Amino acid sequence: MENISVLDAGILALLGYAVVFFGIILLMVVVMVMGKIFVSIENKKKADLPTPAPVAAAAAPAAAPTAPGSAGELKLHDVEPKTAAMLMAIVADKMGKPLNELRFISIKEVK
Amino acid sequence: MVNVGEILLNLWNNSGFAAISAGFLDGGWQNLVMLAISCVLLYLAIVKKFEPLLLTGIAFGCLLTNLPGAGLYHQELWDQFMAHEIGYGTVLLEGGLLDIFYIGVKTSLYPCLIFMGVGAMTDFGPLLSNPKSLLLGAAAQLGVFVAFFAARASGFFTALEAAAIGIIGGADGPTAIFLTSQLAPHLLGAIAVAAYSYMALIPLIQPPIMNWMTTPEQRKIKMVQTRTVSKTEKIIFPIVVTLFVALLLPDTAPLIGCLMLGNLFKETGVTDRLSDTVQNALMNIVTILLSTAVGATMVGSNFLTAQTLLIVILGVIAFGLSTVGGLLGGLVMWKLTGGKVNPLIGSAGVSAVPMAARVSNTVGQKNNPSNFLLMHAMGPNVAGVIGSAIAAGFLLSIFGG
Repeated sequence: MENISVLDAGILALLGYAVVFFGIILLMVVVMVMGKIFVSIENKKKADLPTPAPVAAAAAPAAAPTAPGSAGELKLHDVEPKTAAMLMAIVADKMGKPLNELRFISIKEVK
Repeated sequence: MVNVGEILLNLWNNSGFAAISAGFLDGGWQNLVMLAISCVLLYLAIVKKFEPLLLTGIAFGCLLTNLPGAGLYHQELWDQFMAHEIGYGTVLLEGGLLDIFYIGVKTSLYPCLIFMGVGAMTDFGPLLSNPKSLLLGAAAQLGVFVAFFAARASGFFTALEAAAIGIIGGADGPTAIFLTSQLAPHLLGAIAVAAYSYMALIPLIQPPIMNWMTTPEQRKIKMVQTRTVSKTEKIIFPIVVTLFVALLLPDTAPLIGCLMLGNLFKETGVTDRLSDTVQNALMNIVTILLSTAVGATMVGSNFLTAQTLLIVILGVIAFGLSTVGGLLGGLVMWKLTGGKVNPLIGSAGVSAVPMAARVSNTVGQKNNPSNFLLMHAMGPNVAGVIGSAIAAGFLLSIFGG
């Protein structure tokens, strides 16, 4: 195989690229099936959770604590004011815009 | 009475200076040129910060191997080894320090251990949440096969050498070293230097291609957040990948096996000590040995050839075409999803974790400062590692036997 012709090299190049795609597509299908199984298990678990009592459901949702010092709009959900300030400063810095030109509505920790 | 003059004369005759001056026309000049090249590489690593963790070792290995009379590395021993005239035992008995380091490259030990560290540092979550991004990791292997074909068509390289050159397009150092040490060990120095240099230059190589192949509107596309991946999924994934990929292409088993073992250490939650060791201590130790050993192969007579220059040219073509392949894949996904996918994430499919993903993010933010593509680009980026390992496995299965 050391001195294959240019034509053979071309065929092998095409074949190689196809094999990479084949391997990756095979893997993708497996990952997708795996994902679907896990999502359905997750949904089933959520559905099996006991529904809250009607009284609790009827109760008006408690207002999220408002961050002190912020124009009264920003809602913080499980986020320390210090962390929120740091996040807002990072976003402003990354966007290259002054902080007072940005409007933050809520900051929530994604778990 | 001690003959001081004779002692001094002997010292001079045994020195490298005498060896260079006596054999200047018979290879001595090559040593001097290589020493100068090693200093340039050290400058690039230390001052310009081109992959400093690897290039410093490579450059210093190159410096050590080209010191006449030092006897740290013996090319002739490895030539005999390749001709099956001697074995590792002879290398251990007669070789120098760098010959012993090099055994780890020749046996593929170092690239595999580095892959274990890479696996322990990689989060496959973005890929699992968006499995279609795997396709971009495959599309971005275009440069590997075009460069292989171009190298063979040039007539300057055998098919084995062309395969080793092509893998530069995989933008994956350990994979390039793994394949080259098997197929064309005499080109190892040139290929490793080209691969690592271009990886360091990704922020310069990729953006012009990305801007050329996409419109400003496409670059501004914001992608929606993908689903959360459970811990169990992350634990099962490395086992599934090892089974599927190694069964499909058994030659990839060392690389994929180590990559996924490292990842399993990270994800199990019960092997934190091992994960920490693989990511830090082991990775650092192997990096020192690997880089120095690769640098040691840069012997003047092997390196100062027209082939090296061609490898450098073909390497940049391979890198560029892999970026083009990834972006083409990204554009196809953009079209098929009705504009939901930002094609910039395709360029991250060239591997080079996480630099290529960062470049996708940076170029995206230049067009839309509130666009954060990093997590979306990490999927194709880690898929590129798997893709380049499959490409290497294919080439090894064809030419390795």
